[in-house]
Amino acid sequence: MSKLLLKGAEVVNPGNNEIKQQDILIEDEEIAKIASNIKVEDVKKMDLSNKLIVPGLIDMHVHLREPGFEHKETIATGTQAAAKGGFTSVACMPNTNPVLDKETLIEGLNQKIAEDAVVNVYPIGAITKGSQGKELAEIGSMSQAGIVAVSDDGNAVMNSEIMRLALKYAGDFDLPVISHCEDENLSGDGVVHEGYYSTVTGLDPIPASSEEVMVARDIALARETNNPVHIAHISTKGAVQLVRDAKKQGIPVTCEATPHHFSLTDQAITSFSTATKVHPPLRSKEDVQAIKEGLEDGTIDVIATDHAPHATEEKDVEYDYAPFGISGLETAIALINTELVETGVLSWPQAVEKLTTNPASILGLDEGKLKEGAVANLSVIDPDYKWEVKPKDFVSKGKNTPFADEELKGQNIMTVVNGEIVYNNK
Amino acid sequence: MSLATKDLLGLENLTQENIEIILDNAKSMKEVLGRSIKKVPTLRGKLVVNLFYEPSTRTKSSFSLAAKRLSADGMSLSAKRSSVVKGESLVDTARTLRALGADAVVMRHGVPGAAKLLAETIDIPVLNAGDGAHEHPTQALLDLFTIQERKKNIAGQKVAIVGDIKHSRVARSNIWGLNKLGAEVRLIGPSTLMPEQIEDLDVEVYSDLEAGLKNVDVAYLLRIQRERQDKGFFPTIKEYTKFYGVREKHLKLAKEDALIMHPGPINRGIEISSQLAYDEQSVIEDQVSNGVAIRMALLYLLIEGGNQDE
Repeated sequence: MSKLLLKGAEVVNPGNNEIKQQDILIEDEEIAKIASNIKVEDVKKMDLSNKLIVPGLIDMHVHLREPGFEHKETIATGTQAAAKGGFTSVACMPNTNPVLDKETLIEGLNQKIAEDAVVNVYPIGAITKGSQGKELAEIGSMSQAGIVAVSDDGNAVMNSEIMRLALKYAGDFDLPVISHCEDENLSGDGVVHEGYYSTVTGLDPIPASSEEVMVARDIALARETNNPVHIAHISTKGAVQLVRDAKKQGIPVTCEATPHHFSLTDQAITSFSTATKVHPPLRSKEDVQAIKEGLEDGTIDVIATDHAPHATEEKDVEYDYAPFGISGLETAIALINTELVETGVLSWPQAVEKLTTNPASILGLDEGKLKEGAVANLSVIDPDYKWEVKPKDFVSKGKNTPFADEELKGQNIMTVVNGEIVYNNK
Repeated sequence: MSLATKDLLGLENLTQENIEIILDNAKSMKEVLGRSIKKVPTLRGKLVVNLFYEPSTRTKSSFSLAAKRLSADGMSLSAKRSSVVKGESLVDTARTLRALGADAVVMRHGVPGAAKLLAETIDIPVLNAGDGAHEHPTQALLDLFTIQERKKNIAGQKVAIVGDIKHSRVARSNIWGLNKLGAEVRLIGPSTLMPEQIEDLDVEVYSDLEAGLKNVDVAYLLRIQRERQDKGFFPTIKEYTKFYGVREKHLKLAKEDALIMHPGPINRGIEISSQLAYDEQSVIEDQVSNGVAIRMALLYLLIEGGNQDE
């Protein structure tokens, strides 16, 4: 039996807003004991004083790019990046090539995951065939193959009737629908948020209404069907307010925000750096403030990275020609600490809730808590560690980050998945 | 006098002092163009490359002529690349130009920020000849030069820019330049062609042509693109002309000695009536000839760094 004793760390459990100094004993795959001053013989010990131990973090929105775009990322590199970032589980989006819209494709992916992944990977299936927004994909069969949600992420389901049917049908299989809220007509050829900075740069604008009309629509459909909808990467003040109001009415809607949407405003686009090009676009100062308020008051349930890696040569082009996306797994913890915890928007337990129990409950996963007898998925965070973001040091193939050369505070230093240390930088 | 800047990317980041240096220098260049032998040896042996990703007749020939008048060698490249997939990337093309021994690159490109990307890639001067809807600095500088020539002082002049502000790099560069030199800027056009929060750039916005033109010293008309009609920005060209086409009766609202300007090429009978285009208050042809002087000044200042002693 392999044993590991983590000593003296500050243990963060979501739900109760407190941090306790405790030891954790891991035996094989399980958490055997959580208590103060555990005394055991013949055990590998690690002193983790002044470090945080959190339940294994779940990133419910990543793009692992496999199959089809292995030059951007693979299951191997993407999950290594997740491990480095402190995530023990990720849910991967189906906008691969081919689009994951069939049982056999999910089975193929599962096999690849079993071979290459260093963290838990939960596939998300497409809502519609080819994510074209026209006909429902075989959601039921994909459910049997193990998908945890459906989404046409990257594309909007423009046809409202198809979306309504998707909510009903996915509901029959207890699957949430994750919605990429964007009105394609309002977005047009837009690449940045519409406002002062789109005007000054001359870059094609995407108005806030492009997101908001679709959030409003999906809330109406969730109310009508009483099936859950999860809004991906919420980014505008108006959208946050719509979700807040909907929740008050008891409509089954949840949502997530990305670290870049609470850390950066659209002022960043004046550099014309393609690292700032992302969907939805970086928004105004007022929107960023509203995202923080939404996180603080619980309107926003989840923090997810929308990790969207791209090859260097794909981003090293004119702004309009670059693909949308930010490589986010390896900077998430530092941004959460720097932008939310240090500034008093969230406590660590509150932040951890949005990275563990909340995504677990949306996706129906039995994960996200540190408790005796549970599978040992956990991460160790050093909240005082200052570091400079160096994209070349990313283990992800995607070096596309707007945070290059920025000094951030806090980082994951060790990740344990199913009782095994998969990342260690202690 | 030197600009202490490697490139000319836009007027947003050009100081008032630099704008004045360029305008002063253009005066000397205009003097050269008035001689019987319109050529000086200033840039002999230097290679100026025109890299045009968008079709352009006027700006391209103006830059070519400016280089010729300064005895520089010119080379033109028309690139057709418009998608990520086909053709050489801008970054790679830039390195090739450097390797060929270019001393400056003049680039027109459809994507905002492309000139900045080029300038960050190579260590030789980049002159932005228009990047998407972002900036068209040489156009604005020649416009400022033309206003200054006629009105002596730019400060205090009321300048109304009329038309499709949303898609116009000419408007953006002119707003920066005019404001830096103390002019009052008005923008006139339908709300559908007015970009968001443009009023934050210290301009007055009008959707009514007559109200906007009242008492102005300069009426600056922009070319309207027919393709905007297809995208629904206005119902028909006919209706656009009815509300925003500048005709003689409108000029009466402006100051008596008001100038009519246009970056060209004009759509006669659409944004401007035929009569007005060739009216004595029109300085559209001056703009064209001043363009050569401005571009000579810029090539000289950026390639030679303003050194007189070579």
